[in-house]
Amino acid sequence: MSRANRLLRYVGARLALAPVMLWLLASLVFLLLRLAPGDPIDALLGTRAPEAARAALRAQLGLDQPLLQQYGHFLVGLLQGDLGTSLTNQQPVRAVIGQTLPASLELGVVALLLAAAVGLAVGFSGIARAESRWDLGARLYGIGTYALPSFWLAMMAQLVFAVWLGWLPVGGRFPPTLLPPSGTGFYLLDSLGDGLLHGQWQNLLGSLRHLLLPAGTLAVLLSGIFANALRLNLRRAMDSDYVEAARSRGLSERRLILRHALPNALLPVLTITGITVASLIGGALLIEVTFSWPGVAARLQEAIAQRDYPLVQGIVVVVAALVVMVTVAVDVLLAWLDPRLEF
Amino acid sequence: MVVDAPRPTKPATNLSARLARWGLVIVAAYAAVALVMPLLVHLGLLSDPTAGVDNPVNAAPSWGHWCGTDRLGRDVCSRTLAGSGVALQVVVLAVLIALLIGVPLGMVSGYLGGGLDRLLVLLMDTLYTLPVLLLSVVLAFLLGRGLPNAAAALCVVYIPQYFRVVRNQSVQIKAELYIEAARSLGAGPLWILRRYLLRNVITSVPVLLTLNAADAVLVLGGLGFLGLGLPETVPEWGGDLQLALTALPTGIWWTALYPGLALFVLVLGLAFLGEGLERWLSDG
Repeated sequence: MSRANRLLRYVGARLALAPVMLWLLASLVFLLLRLAPGDPIDALLGTRAPEAARAALRAQLGLDQPLLQQYGHFLVGLLQGDLGTSLTNQQPVRAVIGQTLPASLELGVVALLLAAAVGLAVGFSGIARAESRWDLGARLYGIGTYALPSFWLAMMAQLVFAVWLGWLPVGGRFPPTLLPPSGTGFYLLDSLGDGLLHGQWQNLLGSLRHLLLPAGTLAVLLSGIFANALRLNLRRAMDSDYVEAARSRGLSERRLILRHALPNALLPVLTITGITVASLIGGALLIEVTFSWPGVAARLQEAIAQRDYPLVQGIVVVVAALVVMVTVAVDVLLAWLDPRLEF
Repeated sequence: MVVDAPRPTKPATNLSARLARWGLVIVAAYAAVALVMPLLVHLGLLSDPTAGVDNPVNAAPSWGHWCGTDRLGRDVCSRTLAGSGVALQVVVLAVLIALLIGVPLGMVSGYLGGGLDRLLVLLMDTLYTLPVLLLSVVLAFLLGRGLPNAAAALCVVYIPQYFRVVRNQSVQIKAELYIEAARSLGAGPLWILRRYLLRNVITSVPVLLTLNAADAVLVLGGLGFLGLGLPETVPEWGGDLQLALTALPTGIWWTALYPGLALFVLVLGLAFLGEGLERWLSDG
C-alpha cells in the first residue's frame, strides 16, 4: 500500500475514534454528576425546602426518571446540539456557551501565539552546550514558568501594571465607558472592523489594553512548554549523526542550525502545541477568574458557585470536546507533515 | 553563539544533582515548618492563624505582624506558614492513593492483556485527555469541601498517569525471557506480578511521584482559589489568595504576595527534586 493510502486509513481511524472518546467523556461527566454523593436538589433548594417544590424541580430536571432513561435523553439531546437549560437564568446552555466562548477563544489564541513566540526564542538555546550558562538559564526558565501558580502571577501582574503603575485596566474585557462592538463576539476582530469602516480606533485600543495583561500572563506560563520542547529537540538534532555528517562536509554552523537541525526539531513542537491546549484551558480557567474576563471558564466558576448542574455539565462536555478535536487535528496534521512516521 | 567544542554524548549530572539537592532542601524546610508550626502556635511564639479578632484589619506589614494582617485581622505570616502543613497533607494523601490504585491496576492490565486491558486503556486515555484542573474542579464540586474530599478529587487525576507508565512497562517486561522461565517453572501470576513485575516497574515511580506532587500542589491551590477543595476554616494558600484578590485593587499587596510565594517555592522545590531525580536515575 502506498503511503498516501496508509495515511488516509490512519486519518480515518483517528477520526473514527474521536466520537468514541467524546461519547465516553460525555458519559463520564453525566455519570459523575448523577452518582456523586449529595442531592442536587438539596444543593439548590437546601434540605428544608417544602416537598412540593423539591418534586417540581426534580421533574423539571428530569431527575425523577430512571437513570437509564435520563442517560438516553441526555445523549439524544447532545446529538441534536441541545445541552439543556441553565437553572439560574433559564437560558439554553448552548446559548450561554455561545455567548462566552468567543471571549475565551480570543484570549486563548492570542496567548498561544505570544507563548509560541517567546517560548521558541528561549528554546533556541538548545544549540548551546549542555550545562552551559545558556542551557542552565533555559532550564530554569522552563521549571520556573511551570511552578508559577497562574492566578498568583496574574495577581502580581495586576498589582504592578494596573494598581501601582496604572498603565492597564485591572480586569474586564472592554472599557465600561464604550459600547462593546457587535458582530462575531471576537472583540479584536469586531473593533478592527469598526476602526477600518468607521474610524473608531478607540474600540481596538480598548480591547487591546484589556487583553494585554491576561493574554500576557497566560503566555508567560505556556511559553515554558514551548521552550522546553524546542530546546530538547534541538539538542537531540544537534547531537545526531546527520548533523555531524553535514558539519564534516564543512557547512557553516549557521546553515547547519537553520537548514538541518531546526526543521526536524520544530515538528515535535507541533505535538506539544496540541498537548498545550489542555493546559491552556486549565490555566485560562484561573486567569479568566482573576481578571474577570467574561469567558467560558469564568462562567463555569459562576455555575459551580450557583450549583447550576446543567450548565456545569454542558460547559465541561463542550470544553472536553474541543480538547479532543484539537488533539485529533494535531495528530492528523503531524502524520501528514512528517514523512518518517509509519502507521 | 558559536558552538565548536565537542558535545558530550551524555549530559553531565552536575547540574541535575545540584537541582535535586536544592529541591530536597526546600521540601524538607516545608515539612519542618509543617511539623513545628502547631507547636510554635501552642507555645504562643506565633499568632494563631485562624484568630484575628484582637488584631487590626488589613494592616500593612509591621513589627507586630511581619507580613501584615488580612481582612479578618488574621496574621498573614502564620497563615502562610500553616498552609504548608495543609498542602503537604492533602497532596501526599492524594498522590499515595493514586499510586496505590494506579500501579496495581496498570500491572494487572498490562500483564493479563485482552479485553479488560483494552477497556481500561481507553478509559484511562479518555480521562487523561481532560485538562487536569477541569477534571479536579468537577470532582471537587461534586465531593464538596473537606480534606479527604480534596485528596480524592486530586487523586483521580493522577491515577491514569501511573496506569499508563506502569501498564506499558508491564507489557514490555512480560515478554522477557526470565518471566517465561519463571512461568515454566510453575510460578503463578500473583507471584510473577509481585516478584518480577513490581520490582521492575517500581523504579519509574519516584520521579512520577515527585512531579505529580508538584502538580498537585498547584491544582490544590487552584481549587482553593476557585472556592473549592478545603473548608473555609482551614488556612490554605489558594483560599487566602481568593480573599486577597478582592482587596488587590485597593493596593493591599501583602495578603497576595506571601501565600503565593509560598506556593510557588514549594512547587519549585518539588519540580527541582523531580527533574534532578529523573536525570540521575536515567544516567545511573
